[in-house]
Amino acid sequence: MMKSHVWRPLYAVIGIVALILIARVFVVPEGFGVHERGYMYGWYNKADEGFWKKVTVKYKSSDYCKDCHSDKYSSIMQTPHAIIQCENCHGPAMDHPENPARLFIDKSRGQCLRCHSRLPYPTSDRAKIRGIDPDKHNPGIECAACHNPHKPSLEGLK
Amino acid sequence: MISRRDFIKYSLQGIAVIAVPLTAIEIINPSKLFASKGAKKIRWGFLVDTEKCVGCGFCVKACQNENEIPYDINASRTWVERYVLTKDGKVLADSPKAGRDGFITGRIELGQGKYQDIKNEDIEKAFFVPKLCNQCENPPCVQVCPVGATYQTEDGVVLVDRKWCIGCGYCIMACPYGVRFFHPVYHAAEKCNFCYHRITKGLKTACVQACPFGARLIGNINDPNDEVGRIIRTERVSVLKDEFGTKPQVYYRGLSKEVR
Repeated sequence: MMKSHVWRPLYAVIGIVALILIARVFVVPEGFGVHERGYMYGWYNKADEGFWKKVTVKYKSSDYCKDCHSDKYSSIMQTPHAIIQCENCHGPAMDHPENPARLFIDKSRGQCLRCHSRLPYPTSDRAKIRGIDPDKHNPGIECAACHNPHKPSLEGLK
Repeated sequence: MISRRDFIKYSLQGIAVIAVPLTAIEIINPSKLFASKGAKKIRWGFLVDTEKCVGCGFCVKACQNENEIPYDINASRTWVERYVLTKDGKVLADSPKAGRDGFITGRIELGQGKYQDIKNEDIEKAFFVPKLCNQCENPPCVQVCPVGATYQTEDGVVLVDRKWCIGCGYCIMACPYGVRFFHPVYHAAEKCNFCYHRITKGLKTACVQACPFGARLIGNINDPNDEVGRIIRTERVSVLKDEFGTKPQVYYRGLSKEVR
């Protein structure tokens, strides 16, 4: 027969373990456990995939723009700038025209210089793009003051 | 008392039960059976063409907007590196602001506010290398997570459970590619997840869509008709840090040995 001074702390320990096990049922999500790839790679909450699938899509691609802005769309498609998505300069469409009603257009000099600042790098297609030296070619002036990004050929100069 | 007849009968039955191999009573796993039949699951793979990349940084800008990564932090889910190799054998690499605003000057950022000018005639070769999470087949970041907050989906993408992440940073240290960082708003580990919300809807990732030059491609590499899968199977491609055994699933065209 064990004495009560042995039993009492043992009861306390058993009680704590039981509490932890009960708490675990409520704290640990249902999808949590060992999945397909075993404990090393597959120990997680499967339900969390749903969270990532629900993230809002912000960039809708130029196909989203072409029906309402068909004039702009078809004209830029005739130019070398056809490869650039509308949203690269006009910003993510999100739920435009409901939200936002107006898109912010990036007309900054830096936006054009991303490609057209001349970097004659061998082994990179960057060297094939026509470019300027930003320190010498009308510094401080927005490119769009003279050039039309929707009609980038030099005949399109304003 | 047990009779001799019963003793022999039970002994033989007992031996028969013991003799049944464990494999014969293994419960059939439907997903294993399905896989063995050759029915292939989706496996997202990525292809970066470093010859086509011009360093415009539209991919980084689109990624940061799409995935709500604050502009001011010095980290990004994807970034573009510039490598400049000079004729006297120097290797210079930079990625100012992750390349989000492109590369508009020939000056190389050395860090700590220092820059280096390189004369065009001194350049032997120079090129741009976009980087992103490799969605490794054997992801070390997943292996080290002590709480099971980062995991790999069945289609191969490694995700982070923001509710479960305790912010210990083990995964950030474990990634050989340095793709992980702390999200300053959600206070959890953050990484590229191939825009999981987009690819699962049949869209391209924000970076692939924003790239004007086709330097980035994403596809299901298990699909025999997929372009990315076809290029990986039939053309000369390489991966980053193959020696780590992580089996990265971002493949590169035109990679140079200086790229790490």
